[in-house]
Amino acid sequence: MSMLANRTRPLWFAAMIHRLSGLGLAIFLPFHFLVLGLAIRGEAQLDTFLRWTDQPLVKFSESALVGLLAVHMLGGLRLLALENMSWRGGQAVRALGLIAIAALVAVYFLVRVF
Amino acid sequence: MADTLQVSLWRGGSDGRYVDYAVPARESQTVLDVVTYVQRHLDATLSYRFACRVGMCGSCAMQVNGRARWTCRTHVSKVAEGGKLTVAPLENMPVIKDLAADMREFFGKWQRAKGRFAPSKTRNDPVEPIDPATPQRRAADAAIECINCGVCYASCDTVKWDKDYLGPAQLNRAWTLVNDVRDAGNRERLVAVSEGSGCHSCHSHQSCQEFCPVGLNPTRSIAGLKRKSLAAYLKGELKP
Repeated sequence: MSMLANRTRPLWFAAMIHRLSGLGLAIFLPFHFLVLGLAIRGEAQLDTFLRWTDQPLVKFSESALVGLLAVHMLGGLRLLALENMSWRGGQAVRALGLIAIAALVAVYFLVRVF
Repeated sequence: MADTLQVSLWRGGSDGRYVDYAVPARESQTVLDVVTYVQRHLDATLSYRFACRVGMCGSCAMQVNGRARWTCRTHVSKVAEGGKLTVAPLENMPVIKDLAADMREFFGKWQRAKGRFAPSKTRNDPVEPIDPATPQRRAADAAIECINCGVCYASCDTVKWDKDYLGPAQLNRAWTLVNDVRDAGNRERLVAVSEGSGCHSCHSHQSCQEFCPVGLNPTRSIAGLKRKSLAAYLKGELKP
């Protein structure tokens, strides 16, 4: 069967990005709390871990995480506006614009840490 | 233009398969013309559904090269990819046979969404004047031209993911009645469209809007129902 036409649209991709970024953030959160929990066990353990996070690969991952957070938040705000305010057209352009902004935020974060 | 179209039609039930046919290419040929040619000249057992042939009845919708369309209003020249057409029954509905989809669930959900007008007056009452310029009537009029073809329903990912989801056409119909000042069934209707797999299940992908052959915007109607049900909930008129 041919690829369904509704799965090749910008708004479908925007929805998938929103869903997958949310999934990525949900997977990240337990690890985030685990690291925060290190502070309870003692300063030394946390500092050791924070030094480990100075590696370039971790910094790249962090910027990807910032990108996920930005794209999920901006996408969520677009949906809240769409569903709770007067209808506005051009949603595909808005969605793509917000994805671009999220990407810029991630790049800005990366540039700042290096 | 090539002399012959290579046409793949879905044959059988849900466990069927595509069968290829060679159909003579003609000018101003619609997809429905192609399907009709196969039935009349190549295989009389082909089942499909149509009635008016002019985009009024909404009964000939099928998946054409992966997109739900009215076959009677779709010119082959606009959709054929390299002289090839793939035609299947509408998505998100059981297959009866070949290109005919079973729409019982679609119309059952129409009833579940309280898509039937509930009169507030009898035939003995005077006709109520309706001002077409009121915001409510404008909202109803913007969504009222739906002819139940099922294209939006077949294009909706939420319907695919959640078999209980009422569907864009059904919720769009409910929105027109919610905005109809003559209707007396809106308390029950708002409950029906808000609970379970109702309007709040919509993910706002807007495929229904993009593919609606009439140019309606069910996503906007569903957003209206979401706002309306939220307001009713905050006022205590709608219980969780």
